[in-house]
Amino acid sequence: MTTVQERPAGEVGAARKRKEDARLITGRTMWTENITLPGMLHLAILRSPMAHARVTRVDTSAALREPGVVTAFSGRDVADTQGSLPCAWPVTEDMVHPDHPPLAVDEVRHAGEAVAVVVARDRASAVDALASIEVDYEPLPVVLDMEEALAEDARLVHADKGTNKAYTWVFDSGEAGTGQAVDAAFAGAEVVIKRRYIQQRLIPAFMEPRSVVVDPTGDQHTIWSATQIPHILRVMVALVTGMPEHKVRVVAPDVGGGFGGKLQVTAEELIAFMAAQRVGKPVKYTETRSDSLLSAHHGRDQIQDLELAARRDGTVLGLRVNLLANMGAYLGIVTPGVPLLGAFMYNAIYKFPAYRFVCTGVYTNTTTTDAYRGAGRPEATYAIERLMDELAAELDLDPVEIRRRNWIGHDEFPFDTVAGLTYDSGNYEAATDKALALFGYEELRAEQASRRASGDPVQLGIGVSTYTEMCGLAPSRVLGALRYAAGGWETASVRVLPTGKVEVVTGTSPHGQGHETAWSQIVADRLGVPFEDIEVLHGDTRTSHKGLDTYGSRSLAVGGIALVNACTKVIDKARPVAAHLLECDVSDLEFADGAFRVRGAPSDAAGKTIADCAFAVFAAHDMPDGVEPSVDADATYDPGNFSFPHGTHLCATEVDTETGRVTIRSYVAVDDVGRVINPLIVEGQVHGGVAQGIAQALFEEAVYDSEGNLLTGTFIDYTVPSAVDLPDIVSDRNETPAPDHPLGAKGVGEAGTIASTPAVINAIVDALRPYGVRDIRMPATPERVWQALQGGARS
Amino acid sequence: MTRISITVDGIRYDDDVEARTLLVHHLRDRLGKVGTVVGCDTSNCGACTVLMAPSAPSEATAERASQGAQRPTSGAERAAEQLSRAGAAVKSCNVLAVQADGTEITTIEGLAGGDGSLHPVQQAFHDRHALQCGFCTPGMILAAVDLLTENPDPSDTQIREGIEGNLCRCTGYQNIVHAVRDAATALRGAEVAEPASAVDGQMPGTPQAPPAVPSEPESVPVEAVPRPVP
Repeated sequence: MTTVQERPAGEVGAARKRKEDARLITGRTMWTENITLPGMLHLAILRSPMAHARVTRVDTSAALREPGVVTAFSGRDVADTQGSLPCAWPVTEDMVHPDHPPLAVDEVRHAGEAVAVVVARDRASAVDALASIEVDYEPLPVVLDMEEALAEDARLVHADKGTNKAYTWVFDSGEAGTGQAVDAAFAGAEVVIKRRYIQQRLIPAFMEPRSVVVDPTGDQHTIWSATQIPHILRVMVALVTGMPEHKVRVVAPDVGGGFGGKLQVTAEELIAFMAAQRVGKPVKYTETRSDSLLSAHHGRDQIQDLELAARRDGTVLGLRVNLLANMGAYLGIVTPGVPLLGAFMYNAIYKFPAYRFVCTGVYTNTTTTDAYRGAGRPEATYAIERLMDELAAELDLDPVEIRRRNWIGHDEFPFDTVAGLTYDSGNYEAATDKALALFGYEELRAEQASRRASGDPVQLGIGVSTYTEMCGLAPSRVLGALRYAAGGWETASVRVLPTGKVEVVTGTSPHGQGHETAWSQIVADRLGVPFEDIEVLHGDTRTSHKGLDTYGSRSLAVGGIALVNACTKVIDKARPVAAHLLECDVSDLEFADGAFRVRGAPSDAAGKTIADCAFAVFAAHDMPDGVEPSVDADATYDPGNFSFPHGTHLCATEVDTETGRVTIRSYVAVDDVGRVINPLIVEGQVHGGVAQGIAQALFEEAVYDSEGNLLTGTFIDYTVPSAVDLPDIVSDRNETPAPDHPLGAKGVGEAGTIASTPAVINAIVDALRPYGVRDIRMPATPERVWQALQGGARS
Repeated sequence: MTRISITVDGIRYDDDVEARTLLVHHLRDRLGKVGTVVGCDTSNCGACTVLMAPSAPSEATAERASQGAQRPTSGAERAAEQLSRAGAAVKSCNVLAVQADGTEITTIEGLAGGDGSLHPVQQAFHDRHALQCGFCTPGMILAAVDLLTENPDPSDTQIREGIEGNLCRCTGYQNIVHAVRDAATALRGAEVAEPASAVDGQMPGTPQAPPAVPSEPESVPVEAVPRPVP
């Protein structure tokens, strides 16, 4: 275990305004779609209008005669060479894993699947020519519902596989030795709460549509892509296409949001790669929003069958989770593993002794699902936090009280959980106390009582959500044990230029998170170099040859440690140089306040800075024997554990019982994400995360009709909230430093999304409990709330 | 093909365009104004928002007659001319390029001063961390400029309503609302304190700005909104 090093007040912890902003607010941003190369051609993709059909004929010959068209081809033309899109997470040995061709060959299995392409001199010509491609589809029966898909006589998404079941994955605390047998726990229960919750299908809906440019130059291929994972993409392109890895360069330039939605190796990237190779020219593809909503991976879409066992004093004894997880028609890069990330989080902040989790992955004729902000953890947190409220109601206890009776005390860390993790740290009491005070919990409860008593048609509801999550994906040995194909380390390089300016190369790949700013703050403190003198380079495999990119709240939690370690190595390499310059022995030196000084010398004594050492090794005229003329350093760090931020979110809703309209009256978030590097950025992450969680609770759902057509295929129907839909929130923090992180940081990217959905739904149900309502199906639109009030959705 | 003449960020462009070409595609693909981005295809997201102001009719006619000859207007005259009328925010995916004939467009690239100093709304977005990935930002900033031209002292609710047509997925809007509120204060302060500095594109107001002077919305001239200096 690393000790948290106390550091003097400096850059870390300061609300630095972001370096990234300068280009973003002036329109000088390098989006992939902004890239224009000499001789560049444009790609358009013909997508299947049917959810399931045999493709009996594709004729591109007429398209080839259209003006400006350079080439056109279909899946059949590249069937032998296009390979299969990768899934890096075969969660069980016997997982059913169908091929996933970038271009459909004989069969399409979801609406929007790519069928054929045109490459032309400009975008309009390419899109126009799509109309000249003839495709004959022979419709096949569709299967959309997960339970129907698992029935014995089900229609099959992949006929050759003989089943729609992808896998069943089980965790049992009794078998794993992490707790008791769950059946015994239920046998001793005085109360059992049994519920089914639906995690509706969501769409990440990053604002920048996906875009890719592929430039084949000689035998080198450069891919610019709006991706979260340039490094993983490079490896996968090499593996899928057979192109030697050193002949592939991937660049993620400025990327406009991801939220997990750009954690993918996409059909479009591989198709553009094929097209560019075919024409020997640079090719660009940028999706429309409609294409994006239809074909970029979706998220969530789970059915949760839950049973919570407890004693009448509120002590929880055990939890059974039976999960159906919709894979969609194919497997994306981590599709099967997403629900498993939730498997470790259903026990949340509680210390109940028995737990069993069974997840079945199911194929349907829908767009592939994969990571979306939180990836498994929001679903798990929603389930347990809803159940805790239901238990509280059953036992007539306050929802805060039921949590107090079950949570892990701050003096019980590190805590080995029933799901097999070791929580490093936390203080749930402190976060909750602070949240209750900021919220005015008692006053709101009093108001609620009086409004109930007076029969106010607008009822007040209070929702509690106490959460923890696992950040910092991930210890490589844990990923290995879960059969994930890659590791979870991260890497950083620090290069000190002759003039003392510093270049930092990171293996993380930011797309809105502000790494350029936060990483500069970290390095500034470590090396004693001004914030302005540091440049952070990322997202280009030519500059940053190794890395595992940005997702799972891992960049600071893992990449930040690699960065700190690289800085430490820089200091170590500079030490003999400084000793030489100061004409003293290495052992007499100490590095503090940005300079090496002879130990015991006053802090204002002349010392040698890292910049001095960098210039000395640049000249290198009189370096002692054996001293390498460089102070540059690399470090790669593999975490020993996850980090576990936590917090308490409280939401007050006003629910109009006559119209079903829900208004968020107040929202308080108290998060403990460990030591904060930049409060401005942390606050932004909380705001945005909470907004997306509220969006799941109140607004968003991807809906298919009975034929498998996506009904929410534009921003008219897929209702991403606007400024008038969302409230101002009050956010505050506690700081329990992460003991395993030299900076004490934990991670914040997903916390808000994980916490807020159950807070909102708990508040709505709380408002309506006197009316007999015990559940609301998400999103809780006025219609759904009104139906619930009519008794339609009581469970 | 139709011949159109559009002034974008102070530079006049004469081009032949297809009747179906959208203004946003004309700006991006033809004029290289890639600061303006496309986020959807149904006019919902507002990422492509620009400011559009009609030229004086006589002038447009005169220009047409002169067959694209460069207008002999000095930089100072042009700046004054721009200040004399505020552009309205339009979603440039919802305007055909031919419809923009004869108009003056301000994009995110033309909002800062000629010396690179930020417009108060840009500065406030930076100061308030009102952007994360930044994709919606150009449109959001221009929508906010338009809002503040219409209503120099909006309430938070009015700000939220004013930017309702611009979607942001990263921020939850809270910091955007605060940034617009700050920019409103800075712009009103600029008007009272030294409007000339705002015209020069220097940052007025923050944080030494004089306290906002309550003023009749109608009384605030559009000069308070700094315009690009060519």
